[in-house]
Order: sequence, then C-alpha cells, then structure tokens
Amino acid sequence: MQNSTEQTLDPLTIAEDWMAGGRDVAIATVVETWGSAPRPVGSHLVIDGAGNFEGSVSGGCVEGAVIAEAMDVIVQGRPRMLEFGVADETAWQAGLSCGGRIKVYVERLG
Amino acid sequence: MAGWTVLRRAYQSLCRAARLTVDPYCLKKLNEERRNRRAAILITDLADGRDRVIKQGDPVAGLLGDAVRQAFLSGKSGVAEIEGRSFFLNVHVPPPRLVVVGAVHISQALAPMAKVAGFDMEIIDPRTAFATPDRFPDIKLHSEWPQDVLATRPLDPYTALAAVTHDPKIDDPALESALKSGCFYVGALGSRKTHARRVDRLRALDLTEEQIGTIHAPIGLDIGAASPAEIAIAVLAQVIQAFHARELQPLPQPGKTA
Repeated sequence: MQNSTEQTLDPLTIAEDWMAGGRDVAIATVVETWGSAPRPVGSHLVIDGAGNFEGSVSGGCVEGAVIAEAMDVIVQGRPRMLEFGVADETAWQAGLSCGGRIKVYVERLG
Repeated sequence: MAGWTVLRRAYQSLCRAARLTVDPYCLKKLNEERRNRRAAILITDLADGRDRVIKQGDPVAGLLGDAVRQAFLSGKSGVAEIEGRSFFLNVHVPPPRLVVVGAVHISQALAPMAKVAGFDMEIIDPRTAFATPDRFPDIKLHSEWPQDVLATRPLDPYTALAAVTHDPKIDDPALESALKSGCFYVGALGSRKTHARRVDRLRALDLTEEQIGTIHAPIGLDIGAASPAEIAIAVLAQVIQAFHARELQPLPQPGKTA
C-alpha cells in the first residue's frame, strides 16, 4: 500500500487529478526566497477555478492573495510573477510576518 | 455570458498556441517520473512560461545544461540566469523511503513517527509471528526474507535502511544489499561488540572497508535512548540528519546502483 496520506497531499498529483476531472487549475510555485521564508524554493500551491486549494507557498500568510491572483490567471491564461515582502501593517496588503521575502510564479495548467 | 465563454475559449486557445500555460503533458511526464522514484527537473522559462521536463541523464546543451547538471547534483531548486534569460529549475528528487528490517517493538513505535515525518516506510521480517497487520496497521509489510523482497523491490540512493532484528541471518543480507545500493543511510541495532562481529562477517562478503564503515552502529543518535519508542526517535533523527547531509553530496548515477 502506498503512503496514502502523503500521496493525496502532493500538490502536483492533485493538480493532475483535478485536470483529469475537468477542473481549471493553476499552479503557484515559490521560485525565489530571501531571509527567513517559511517554505523552500520549489514549493507548490495548486488552485482550481472555484478557489479550492492544496499545498502551500508560505505558512498561510500570503495564500489568500495567491489564490485570488491564481483565479485571474485561470481566466486570462497569462502567467504572473508575484512578490511578497514583510507585512505592511498600515496597508491591507498580504505580507510575511516572519520578515522574509518570496517570489511566487503562477501559471495556468493547460 | 455565452459571449464571455466564447471569448475566454478563444483566449485560452491563443495562450495554448503561445504555450504560456503549463503543458499538461509536462505535468503528466513529471508526475510519472516522480511516481517511479526517478529524479527529474521541470524547467520553466520565466519570460514566456514555456516548460520542459528533464530526466536525469537527458542531454541538455550549453550553459543551461551546466545549470541542470548542477541542480541534479545539489538537489536544490532555483532560478538560473542564462544569456539574459531567467529559467526556474524545479528539482524533484524521490521522497525518502525508510526500509526497516525487523517487525519488532522499536518498529511499532517508528512506523507512525516516520509517516508523520514524510517517510514512506515499509517493514521486512520473515518471522510471520512478528510481521502481522495487527501489530502494524497502515504500513507496507513484507513477511519474507530480505533478499527475496529486495530482489523485486530494490533499494536505491533515496532509501534508508535500518536493520533491527538482532538476527544476522535476517539483518546481514539486507545490510549487504543496502551498502551495495548506495542507500543514504544504513543503520544496524546492536552493541559495539555485536557490531564488531557483524563487521567480521561483512568483510567476508564483496564489500569495501569504506562501505562497511558507513554503517551507523550502535544505531541512532546518542540521546541516551532506552525504551523502544526512545530508540525509534533516535533512529528517525539520525535518518533525517543523514538525509540532509546527503543533499550536499553528489547523487550517484542511476546506472551505478546494484
């Protein structure tokens, strides 16, 4: 028996399953980090057209913003590079409370 | 609404023509490599989103080829700047597997912890009284001799092997196979005296002193572990330590594994 928990938690496997099930899918990938970033380069968050998601690109700090952008990417098709820095308490912007900086690349699947 | 859908479809087909999106074929190919425990790199051209899957050993020319070889060696993902273009190399190496020889009390404690830590663990023990699903729920169990199991499910450099039966008839063939397969971790339960006798036996096999010297024995990090659960923690911690140390070493070529 495969380790079923690990198997179903794997974002890229989920992306393939979602696509096979006819869903629109976007894949977000951490491509660069500076300072104390919560998830390493190469980490994935996968998002479907309804806003369902699996995986992570941070400790939960910027996922909301990435999901919103990903839903745009699903509609428009053009990939986007997102950059997140330290949380700005004066603006309602997503940010990383840990003080790191990350770049996230979002692409539509298919 | 219908007009919007048509517009969206037209845009989507335009994007497909320009290949701005992740090619589903690339994802399928990448996932197939990952399922088969083979290293692969997904290269994305960050200017146009074009993707490419590179398997270990695939020829890639020029400076990008150098970056690919370096990425396979280090196992680290990252951006490579080549002739004014940015490429993201996402390196996928197989998830670590932990093979435990011996369906003993230590293994019962180790099984749930290894799973939580992200290891795909399996147990080999020909003694059917030990290797029962009741004692090991939710884990791959092989109640056969290690040499028989490993003949069909070979070990590889992404696998750790812990031999904990205390019985040379069972442990030794597994240790021999692990050392010849380049497992990133090989550990064996037993005191220094027991291990000295084991080393004498292994010398009689076709193994180098260097290979035999890599066995972690007595097994586990030295945290004064006494109970089976504590020994399991010491073993798992040592496996994790070896796994991260391994990332700094060149990955063995797939063809070289026994």
